Amino acid sequence: MATNVQSIVPDAASAASLPKQPSQAAERWRAFCRRRAALVALVILAAIVLACIAAPWLSPYDPYAGNVKERLLPVGSAGHLLGTDEQGRDLLTRILYGGRLSLLSGIVPVIIAVILGGGLGIIAGYFKGIINTLIMRTLDILFSFPAILLAIGISASLGPGISNIMISATIVFIPPIARIAETAVKEVKKEEYIEAALSSGAGTGLIIRFHVVNNIFSRLFVYSTTQIGICLMLASGLSFLGLGVSPPTPEWGFMLNNLKQVIFIDPIVTIVPGIFIFVTSLALNIVSDALSDVLDSKG
Amino acid sequence: MEHILEVTDVSKTFSLRGMFGQSKGGVSAVNGVSFTLKSKGTLGIVGESGCGKSTLARLIMRLIEPDQGQVRYKNEDLLKLGGSDLKKMRKRIQMVFQNPYSSLNPKLTILDNVAFPLWANGTGRAAASTQAYRYLDAVGLPKSYAAKYPHHLSGGQRQRVAIARALVLEPDIVIADEAVSALDKSVQAQVLNLFQDLKKEFDLSLIFISHDLHVVEYMSDDVMVMYLGGVVEKGPKEEVFANPRNPYTQALLKSVPSVDLAVRKAPETELLKGDLPSPLNPPSGCRFRTRCMFAEARCAQNVPALVEVGEGHHTACLLVHEGMAAVQNL
Repeated sequence: MATNVQSIVPDAASAASLPKQPSQAAERWRAFCRRRAALVALVILAAIVLACIAAPWLSPYDPYAGNVKERLLPVGSAGHLLGTDEQGRDLLTRILYGGRLSLLSGIVPVIIAVILGGGLGIIAGYFKGIINTLIMRTLDILFSFPAILLAIGISASLGPGISNIMISATIVFIPPIARIAETAVKEVKKEEYIEAALSSGAGTGLIIRFHVVNNIFSRLFVYSTTQIGICLMLASGLSFLGLGVSPPTPEWGFMLNNLKQVIFIDPIVTIVPGIFIFVTSLALNIVSDALSDVLDSKG
Repeated sequence: MEHILEVTDVSKTFSLRGMFGQSKGGVSAVNGVSFTLKSKGTLGIVGESGCGKSTLARLIMRLIEPDQGQVRYKNEDLLKLGGSDLKKMRKRIQMVFQNPYSSLNPKLTILDNVAFPLWANGTGRAAASTQAYRYLDAVGLPKSYAAKYPHHLSGGQRQRVAIARALVLEPDIVIADEAVSALDKSVQAQVLNLFQDLKKEFDLSLIFISHDLHVVEYMSDDVMVMYLGGVVEKGPKEEVFANPRNPYTQALLKSVPSVDLAVRKAPETELLKGDLPSPLNPPSGCRFRTRCMFAEARCAQNVPALVEVGEGHHTACLLVHEGMAAVQNL
């Protein structure tokens, strides 16, 4: 038997001397780095996130304290890099502090929606029949409303506040994420490794954990990263409409709302928060695009 | 030789449903199949695509529930088991699947793919890995492959992993469903030999399903020929290959291309007419009659039973049973 084995695998000896196999993650990171635009976007994104986190150390100003004498300074003024707002508060400082809430309200709803929606989608996709019908048709009802309208409706009925924005955004993102998960699970269920697992006597929980979740994860992950940008815009939009934070708390969408009063006096300052919303969601989309290429390239 | 597996009259009809759940007839995928598998023997099952070979395998594994019939493993009817008894018995029969690109989980390492059936049966991670290494070694994969992922491996190597995974639960019976069909000819030979070696090493009984007559002839002790969900002929390999009695088996054997250049056989008569009929409404009487060159009126009226025509050699054909000369002399 042993000699036979050797002859069967001619490359056995050479394979044994190979260096340790690089992990899948390392391979993918290298593939990601080959995409210049994605790398730049990732660096920008990281810079924005870090700057927002480090806001108190980066900025000497108080985001709440205005100075009447220094209202609406233009972008590039000495001491105020991005100028000041209508109350004379340093705009960069408020952008950095505001980014904390804005980024949070872009990311948190998507994470919760992935957990809840992904869970529902896996259950619906794995168990066909009545369970699937019940879950998916219920979500279809939610899905049939335009996202913005649904979010405004839920936010309005819950009342203003950043946590209510997050709740409504979460509810908006659950149906599409569940749909993606359900489709992916249905595909995975057709694979022969699921049949092999079933014939080994594995229980449902174990099969879902080892064979379903990790095979749909990259698709779910890629899809949800595209949703972070959209969620950021949705949350900013709701804040802009006055459903989010209450003044004087800084938040990008709400800052845009405040500054729109002075758009004819100083249009450049007005669009600064808008530019941050734009750049952040663009960077998120470029990164998630590259992620989808990198993660889907191999089984 | 004693029988390890006795399959009696197993049938499965897949019902088709319309948009609103109303029944729209059924596809008779497997129809009254019976056979026995000798302990430590190899049963080859041949037939065209769509004849129910794979469905039969899944019925035995209970991946699909049969409509009727018995599957007796060492005198215990597998179809009556449920819950933990079924789980225990499941380990005794394992399967190697057709497509090595779909049968391994791409997100698990080779080692974990092989170890998973052990986890599923309550073995600890460390013990399962040790055991998995043993079986990877048995199928001829070096240790360095254990940490790789399936996409690093070739088709033949993947199929070895799939075999290791089937063996890791120490089954008595392995069902190989077209296990070499997706492989190159040269790799096929290696994997077939591996099956032969492992069979001896681990005292396995093998059910070898293939559409390739050469493969079945090489592997099997007994052969069963299926057509459109039913058995048309079965018996010892030598008997069936040297002395085929059923017109379908004869046609199958004649249709095998020969690699021998001296034997230039231009088939003087076409042995198989037309395509496989739809299993949605199979022909009346003998299911093969629509393509059989000997078919007579009575073939449409009576369903031929499997009748013994030689030592352990059974065939289902009205004409053969009644001693029709033309069929015998073909």
